[in-house]
Amino acid sequence: MDTDIKVALVGNPNTGKSTLFNVLTGLNQKIGNFPGVTVDKKTGVCELPDGRKAQIIDLPGTYSLYPKSRDESIVFSVLADRSNPLKPDLVVVILDASNLKRNLLLYTQVADLKVPVIIALNMMDMAQKAEITIDVNAIANKLGVPVVPISARKGEGIDKLKEAIAFANKIPLQEDTIDVDVLAPQLIATIGEELHIDNHYFALQLAHQHETLHFLTPEQSERIEELEKEFRFHSQKSQAAETIARYNFINDLLYDTVTKKETAQDQTISNRIDRVLTHKTFGFVLFLGILLFIFQSIFAWSAYPMKLIGDFFVWAQSSLHHVLPSGPLTSLLVDGVMGGLSGVMVFIPQIAILFGFISILEDTGYMSRVTFMMDRIMRKVGLNGKSVVPLIGGFACAVPSIMSTRNIENWKDRMITIMVTPLVTCSARLPVYTLLIALVVPSRNVWWIFNLQGLALTGMYLFSLVSAVTVAYVMKYILKSRERGYFIMELPVYRMPRWKNVGLTMYDRSKAFVLQAGKVIIAVSVILWVLASFGPGDQFQQIEQKYRQPQYSQHFNADELHRVIASEKLENSYAGMLGHAIEPVIRPLGFDWKIGIALITSFAAREVFVGTMATIYSVDGDAEKMESVQQKMQTAKHPDGSPVFTAAVAFSLMMFYAFAMQCASTVAVVYRETKDWRWPAAQFAYMTVLAYLASFITYHLLR
Amino acid sequence: MRLSQLEVGQSGIVKEFTDLEMSVKLMEMGCLPGEEVRVSRIAPLGDPIAIQVSGYQLSLRKREASTIILQ
Repeated sequence: MDTDIKVALVGNPNTGKSTLFNVLTGLNQKIGNFPGVTVDKKTGVCELPDGRKAQIIDLPGTYSLYPKSRDESIVFSVLADRSNPLKPDLVVVILDASNLKRNLLLYTQVADLKVPVIIALNMMDMAQKAEITIDVNAIANKLGVPVVPISARKGEGIDKLKEAIAFANKIPLQEDTIDVDVLAPQLIATIGEELHIDNHYFALQLAHQHETLHFLTPEQSERIEELEKEFRFHSQKSQAAETIARYNFINDLLYDTVTKKETAQDQTISNRIDRVLTHKTFGFVLFLGILLFIFQSIFAWSAYPMKLIGDFFVWAQSSLHHVLPSGPLTSLLVDGVMGGLSGVMVFIPQIAILFGFISILEDTGYMSRVTFMMDRIMRKVGLNGKSVVPLIGGFACAVPSIMSTRNIENWKDRMITIMVTPLVTCSARLPVYTLLIALVVPSRNVWWIFNLQGLALTGMYLFSLVSAVTVAYVMKYILKSRERGYFIMELPVYRMPRWKNVGLTMYDRSKAFVLQAGKVIIAVSVILWVLASFGPGDQFQQIEQKYRQPQYSQHFNADELHRVIASEKLENSYAGMLGHAIEPVIRPLGFDWKIGIALITSFAAREVFVGTMATIYSVDGDAEKMESVQQKMQTAKHPDGSPVFTAAVAFSLMMFYAFAMQCASTVAVVYRETKDWRWPAAQFAYMTVLAYLASFITYHLLR
Repeated sequence: MRLSQLEVGQSGIVKEFTDLEMSVKLMEMGCLPGEEVRVSRIAPLGDPIAIQVSGYQLSLRKREASTIILQ
């Protein structure tokens, strides 16, 4: 996109940085990746009052330039690396006016890098409420930078900020904050000389961060390491000294510019809410209640839009069949591609609703309280309070949930979370479970209100949580880690959710899901279509010839004949051959070759199961004929006349789906997040073994 | 006296840290020597704790709180 200047937004977490980003850019947003690392890069375009366009880059929230997580490490690289194409012409540092002291630490670090900078002083309304008075002009004068008071939530001061961006200087004019040189005089001088770096603070940062910076050559990094040894540089001691020096500077700055009325802070609204929400018993009851409400809503609210999407695809497929000439190409497009597409699109309502809720919980500040309450339990099983969010997200889809583990700083905790998240019952398992439960569990009420089928489904959900926690507990002893786990986290004050942010999150996440999962599912649908539509040699022709004989065409009507032929073709197709090939392996689980085909295709994506079943039991391959898939499966018989789908088989199948890693998108995202193929491989292996064992035991217990 | 020994509602002034790595993180979050800290609540299961420091609430585990020495 053609833009005139690049502007980066930098600030602490919970300062309203993303709200400001949304206000500045509206819907002109793009999510991409920073080159070389998997950190979401949010950029957008903002029109300035002088007619120019600014590209706004939203950098991850951080407390300092010394990174604590992978997301945070990007901030320094973008700000300091001169060769980085994203290097901003101007940095807007967002400060929370109600907590200036801590917020200014990051400002002083950014300022010392000598990039052009302006300050957006956010949450002025909150500061006024807390009876904090800030002399904005005095701060601006002392720091030598423009300071613009804003309220991003209310949209106040945004025009002024845009003006400040438009008229900002191209050269850094800010005052120095601390004397950087005293921290490591010789080291800074030598690095500056050898690597041709004028900025002393940049040189010091290189000494701290050279191991993780991508823009340094290995030789440069090694040289810095040597110099550190030569000058006896101790990174943490230097960081501690620097931080104390910076706070001294900040205290001096704030001494006569900010006054705060000493009021009894204990009775703030946030504190009173916390008394209830993190109460010893109430806290957990409420959390459970909220979870129940979310799941109820996901199912209840998504039913109608899902039906609409399903209907739309049925309509589109049948009209395309009418319009296009019949032939293999049309069949590929309509049955293969469109069929696969509908399988993805139908999940959009569930994903959107779940992420709507998650973003409300995060936005209000409740999610960090959940983390706070659950940390003790989660730590016992080798996880971290912060693992709660991905695990809950796992109920919708493991793909975005695994992406959300990035804010878990501890490597081991993060890996265990990634490894167990796919065990949680995701929305793709839902159609499989509902179909199988409807087959074998009677729809009857027990104790008046509990439907037996609903109970079975709830049971599968709870079971998935138990298995995730158990596996995590085992992995705690397998994985070795040198790193120490820690849990120092801000508990932000409670706020009303920002509905625009919620809406944008729902939109972003659904889009990411469609793009991520969509590609795979369409590819698989096409492969499945090919495998199911073609067979070796001239077997297909023989089948057609066989049914052209009078004894068949007289007994069956055209529709029935069509189905019988399709069914026999499937058995003789490549897919059918595969199913027969694995039958000996899955026979102990109670599955026949038809289920075998469904299992194989499901390794791409679980929801393919229903579609495959529909094809195999020769119903028109769309999910809208659920009733008839169910009926067909109900009446399906083994050659000896016994029914195929007994309770034992159905539950055995459900167990298989509960454990098996049947999702190509998840495998891909685990690789992307761990950058090591051994993680997804280990995950795939352990999950498949568990699936086989659980399925085997279930089948033999119930048989 | 260590921060982990305080009851809910009690406060103290940070004097020093026993763990360098932890201290860097804590100081960046505004919890530094001379600052007043007050325990605002303890998680339902006894750990972690939430403290009020430099105008906002910070949660940390008891083990981490025990590296903070109060005056």
